[in-house]
Amino acid sequence: MIHRRHLLAVAAAMPPLFLARAARAQPAPAWTEVLARARGQTVYWNAWAGDEKTNDFIAWVGAQTRARHGVAVQHVRLRDTAEAVTKVIAEKAAGRLQGGGVDLVWINGPNLLAMREQGLLHGPVLPLLPNGALVDTTRKRSNVVDFTTPVDGMAVPWRLAQFVFVHDSARLRPSDAPRSAQALLAWARQNPGRLTHPNVANFMGSTFLKQALVDLSPDPDMFQRPATDAGFDAATAPLWSWYDQLRPLLWRQGRQFPENGAAQRQLLNDGEIDIMMSFNPSEAAVAAQAGLLPESVRSFTFARGSIGNTSFVAIPFNAANKEGALVVADFLLDPASQARAEDIRQIGSANVLDASKLAPEQRRLFEALPRHPALPDPSQLGEVQLEPHASWMTRIAAEWGRRTAR
Amino acid sequence: MTARIQAHALLRLAPGLTLGVFLAPIAAGLVGTILPAFGVLPALGGDGLSLAPWRRLSEAPGFATALTLTVATGWSATLLSMLVAIGMAAALHHRPSGRRLGAWIAPALAMPHSALAIGMAFLVLPSGWLVRALSPRLTGWSLPPDFSTVGHESGWPIVLALALKEVPYLVLMILGALNQVPAEAQLRAARALGYGPAQAWLAVVLPQVLAQVRLPAMAVLAFSLSVVDVAMILGPGNPPTLAVLVVRWLGDPDPRWLFPAAAASMLLLALVVASLAAWRVAEAALQATLARWAMRGARQPAIGHVANMAAGAGIALLALAAASMLSLALWSVATRWRWPDAWPEGFTAATWIRQAGTLAGPAATTLALGLAATLIALALVLACLEREAQARKGTPSRGLALLYLPLLVPQVAFLFGLQVLLVRLGLDGSFFAVLWTHLVFAVPYLFLSLADPWRGYDDRFTRSALSLGASRWRVFWRIKLPLLLPPVLVAAAVAFAVSAGLYLPTLLAGAGRVATLTTEAVTLSSGADRRVIGTWAMLQAAFPLAAYGAAVAGPALSRRIRRWR
Repeated sequence: MIHRRHLLAVAAAMPPLFLARAARAQPAPAWTEVLARARGQTVYWNAWAGDEKTNDFIAWVGAQTRARHGVAVQHVRLRDTAEAVTKVIAEKAAGRLQGGGVDLVWINGPNLLAMREQGLLHGPVLPLLPNGALVDTTRKRSNVVDFTTPVDGMAVPWRLAQFVFVHDSARLRPSDAPRSAQALLAWARQNPGRLTHPNVANFMGSTFLKQALVDLSPDPDMFQRPATDAGFDAATAPLWSWYDQLRPLLWRQGRQFPENGAAQRQLLNDGEIDIMMSFNPSEAAVAAQAGLLPESVRSFTFARGSIGNTSFVAIPFNAANKEGALVVADFLLDPASQARAEDIRQIGSANVLDASKLAPEQRRLFEALPRHPALPDPSQLGEVQLEPHASWMTRIAAEWGRRTAR
Repeated sequence: MTARIQAHALLRLAPGLTLGVFLAPIAAGLVGTILPAFGVLPALGGDGLSLAPWRRLSEAPGFATALTLTVATGWSATLLSMLVAIGMAAALHHRPSGRRLGAWIAPALAMPHSALAIGMAFLVLPSGWLVRALSPRLTGWSLPPDFSTVGHESGWPIVLALALKEVPYLVLMILGALNQVPAEAQLRAARALGYGPAQAWLAVVLPQVLAQVRLPAMAVLAFSLSVVDVAMILGPGNPPTLAVLVVRWLGDPDPRWLFPAAAASMLLLALVVASLAAWRVAEAALQATLARWAMRGARQPAIGHVANMAAGAGIALLALAAASMLSLALWSVATRWRWPDAWPEGFTAATWIRQAGTLAGPAATTLALGLAATLIALALVLACLEREAQARKGTPSRGLALLYLPLLVPQVAFLFGLQVLLVRLGLDGSFFAVLWTHLVFAVPYLFLSLADPWRGYDDRFTRSALSLGASRWRVFWRIKLPLLLPPVLVAAAVAFAVSAGLYLPTLLAGAGRVATLTTEAVTLSSGADRRVIGTWAMLQAAFPLAAYGAAVAGPALSRRIRRWR
């Protein structure tokens, strides 16, 4: 799509950034005032729409906030979150400093970083929310540090993600699951053509390479610093030597890749591959429940741990319906909403709350959630590794594109 | 009296207005694409002429492969479709089944390209329906074989899917052209000289038909070279065809990719123009060969077998199209359907019920766009044809040959520049902008399907009515339109089907904000739940099919009702 944003994006770099700061300097209105102003607003929530379950959840959120607070939600379905970022950039370049078209955006990683660096966000917003105090800021570190950058309350966490592999236990016994990058290569040697990963242009594919990079590196901490021209080649040499061996052993001899996670899941369901990867530890259970994968699927992670991150919602500096967006963000943090999101009949994404800050009846909401044999116990998932700095992802994706183009 | 004069003046404006409606966006769009292709796009810092976009294009990873893939798939699809269509016409023209052929292939024509492609994808996958039906008993495959079909580097699934759609189109065009030449009498003469029916047809009728279907064949060639949705669904991804590459770059968050995207659009345009010229040369060579062959006069009964084989291939393609749609229908009501089961585990309406809410919006948009585009196009085309009839020109006005332009210029080449224009006007993403681009394609198709029946109308009806004192308006509404209602309805159904199936125009003019069943189905095809894809693609196909059904059944039904009364 060619958007208005394209024509204006370059100009956006020029105007000064004081306007976003001016918006930030306004005093925080009391929550009752927010609720009063929010009534009647329609929040344009720009969110990646590649997952039906999440789309349904967003629709449910809209129905709830409308009934409770008179705030409607319009889901602007994105294929790539960058679309929303550039839309805001274009509006700023065009001088639209209020009444912007994006009220709320589902965001993290490089996109969040870009919006913060360009002063495109309203906030800090987390301290304004009554439910903001329930967020786990100590054990779920990715709620406060996103891809190595402190969030500073400029975005509201709403779901956790962690990298897992999913396999059909009817074909691959859980005890035989390869629990390191090297073991995965050895397994692929014995089972050529039975493993693949999504295209690295897709976040799922690049996360697989990042996971391998972290697992293969003697010093994973170095990925917390930005990648440099000099350091990149040396740091990623083990990754590429591993990948060069693995690629011919992949499905279709590594000449073809599924476009995204959902296409890869279809391959597992069709019996074309034995192992897939996901960014949601409960995807196996959710998909089995929905008839998208066999009941015999199970999940595993590398023994050293696996990469995890947090999904946030953020409000652009020029959003037309800021109060409504705050109400929606607060509703997402409501323990009942978090419990619904964690329900494997819904999206099955882990909650961002601190259990010790919850009232007993709120904790029971989570304890009462249905279990499924494919749902891994948090202890099985191992240590949550922090996301590398965003620059690693960009460079790895570019290098992979260069290496695989025909 | 004044009202009649005004109506007459309006009618005189009709051809110009109609051409303006769709030539303006194409012309403006082409200019808007050429400028950035040579580095001019001030909003993005492109201030002067430069060849940098072309350098960036030629250095893009996989560019050469994308170019070869585009030429290979476009030409293969056109040649295959043409051969099969000619074979079908040669083999079936003298049989009763040949006469019913039209009724059989009209539904395939109504099917949107993308719905067929989505259905075919599941059919031909190594874990797809065809292999499942044979495995593991006949093939011995307990696991899906690790070979590539969908996304194969050669792009053969694109060729196959295009043939599914273009063979029926070309067969209908050939059948239509047969009415323009004295085929029956010439065939009888040739048969009397001892030639088999197929050879007689190829030697005597084909040379005349070839000239008649030149423009439709060229439209198929241009379309096949620049198709986006089918290539996205069935083609390779790394690299894809040139047209898909353009769309991918246009959607890149980094706006600097607009420059090589514009250059690639222009390259595609040049490729299409060169291909059309090559087609013209090839057609002349074929005509010469056919003439020499006819002059030699050898009786070759084997020709009949070859034609029969081509007809068989055509029927196999129709069966494949039907199986594609059936697989979508099955998925939309399946509980689970896992390898290697030949049939779903069970059936349920749950997917339809769950999707009903999300389907409703895009379905309403599809319907509104289709109806509005059809009605406006119908008004414009009827006005043009009436103007032509009243001006009593012996030959159709030459200006209207320009109607073929939207079918020959690659969509990406002008839609890209048009998008820039729409942004300037603040119209991008509006219903109006999408409707306008739909008109660009609805008008030509409607005109092409209505022109012949309209020109075939016996003007003596009109003259009699006029001499009895009826006004021109009254004659038009009470005599001419009712008499020509069946072809008008079919032409309207064609226009509706075209609008309902448009992917790229909707996507670009709608800036991703105007969702139709087609845009959503193509988006979902990249990996969503097959049961969900099934509902979208089924509904997507149901709309134009229903329009065709109504167009065919409507007049017959009203006649029967009138008889009962």
